[in-house]
Amino acid sequence: MRQTPQLILVGGSVEAAEKTPRDDVAAIFEQVLGHPVKISDHTDIVEDLGMDSLGVMNFVMAIEDFYDISIPLDRIAQIQTVGDLIHAVEDLRSGTPT
Amino acid sequence: MTILAKHAAQRLVYDTLHSHGVDVEFDSVLSPTEGMLNGRRTILLGTNNYLGLTFDPDCIEKSVEATRSQGTGTTGSRVANGTYGGHIALERALAKFYGREHAMVFSTGYQANLGVLSTLVGRGDHLLLDADSHASIYDGSRLGGAEVIRFRHNNPDDLYKRLRRLEGAPGDRLIVVEGIYSMLGDTSPLKEIAAVKRETGAYLLVDEAHSLGVLGATGRGLAEAAGVEADVDFIVGTFSKSLGSVGGFCVSDSADFDVLRLVCRPYMFTASLPPGVVASTLEALVKLQAEPELRANLMNNAKRLYDGLCAMGYQTGPQVNPIVAVAMPDQETAVMAWKALLEAGLYLNLAIPPATPSNVCLLRSSISAAHTPKQIDTALALFADVGRQLGLLPADRRRAGGVV
Repeated sequence: MRQTPQLILVGGSVEAAEKTPRDDVAAIFEQVLGHPVKISDHTDIVEDLGMDSLGVMNFVMAIEDFYDISIPLDRIAQIQTVGDLIHAVEDLRSGTPT
Repeated sequence: MTILAKHAAQRLVYDTLHSHGVDVEFDSVLSPTEGMLNGRRTILLGTNNYLGLTFDPDCIEKSVEATRSQGTGTTGSRVANGTYGGHIALERALAKFYGREHAMVFSTGYQANLGVLSTLVGRGDHLLLDADSHASIYDGSRLGGAEVIRFRHNNPDDLYKRLRRLEGAPGDRLIVVEGIYSMLGDTSPLKEIAAVKRETGAYLLVDEAHSLGVLGATGRGLAEAAGVEADVDFIVGTFSKSLGSVGGFCVSDSADFDVLRLVCRPYMFTASLPPGVVASTLEALVKLQAEPELRANLMNNAKRLYDGLCAMGYQTGPQVNPIVAVAMPDQETAVMAWKALLEAGLYLNLAIPPATPSNVCLLRSSISAAHTPKQIDTALALFADVGRQLGLLPADRRRAGGVV
């Protein structure tokens, strides 16, 4: 019962490179939630997508695997919307200090 | 609307649980394994009293003697008027027990984690926590200002991946894991974690709160059991479980360890442990070492309960340890089963999210060396009855295959 489903997502393919970060994020949301979602930069991850804290943690770990980054806890705490998330991912990928 | 309205969601949970009567107030505690609850004699199966030393006559005697001769409290900080001979003796005894140079005693286990984690790493450093870490570890991580990264529970590969991502970044890395995780009783894969630590040049801290006196040839915990004590830079633990009192500690061989006494705020800005607590803890540490049969009894008892529950068809944690947790399908069933067991004379812990991993609801037991086989068999019989009443177990079969 300990195991939470781990999401194996293959990043870095040619198709993935042509997608926008929002497409990738939407695909990962779909995998975590198990159904398609419509998202915009203003979508609130907890309020609009109905995720609980465990869902958010699994989702964040899936994002981290996909982009090969670690999002520090204080950064996660600041993320409320999909736009915030994409911004954080872009910062971390470009090595911009927080 | 009050200032507490922001906690409305938690209030709802509290009210729901309260209305089910989950607040437990013992009329009296009779022994490490029995108490009076609502006028009924009740088996205690959820008190973390692993070695059953809370009523040990020698521990009580030492505690009474110290209270009589030194008073009920120190009324001061360790760095002011709160350091007595007993505090120093306890630190020396802990250092000797672990074969380490240094030891430091805190007023609670929670404060030990808060103090150590917030001072070993700070701004510009990196703290790597197992995702299922205890609240005291999470809280300590926030107090110090280090960058906090979670890795997947008990997953050395995920830890390695995250340390690799930090390559080239300045600052120290500190990995934090627990000997036995408090909800499911699973141990950390410490050999593999230690290998990652060696390869990446990180420091390693192990919280042995639930494994001191439980694991290892001499009871030092998981690091001893896994044969990796040399790789563990800091061990943190508590007196409130196998040592039967209250308080926390940290041991280490770090050369400049004593500077912690002046930079560690949860150590400085709180009153030190009362003499009576220090004295019983010292005696309990002597017992832990002198009576290895306590550990053997503990593990035999744990196996009896774990195997019995598995054989009935209950879903338990992944391995036999003195923490034995049974998964419930939902919160309502968990509360009903918990209440039914309590009314039948068995106390254990009701554990619900967010305190539990994977949002699971648990009936959490902790075994003591002091439990008799008969008490455990009584507990098993009650689990069987309640399981059948609530439809958690098949009604017509006494045995269903292992489910784990």
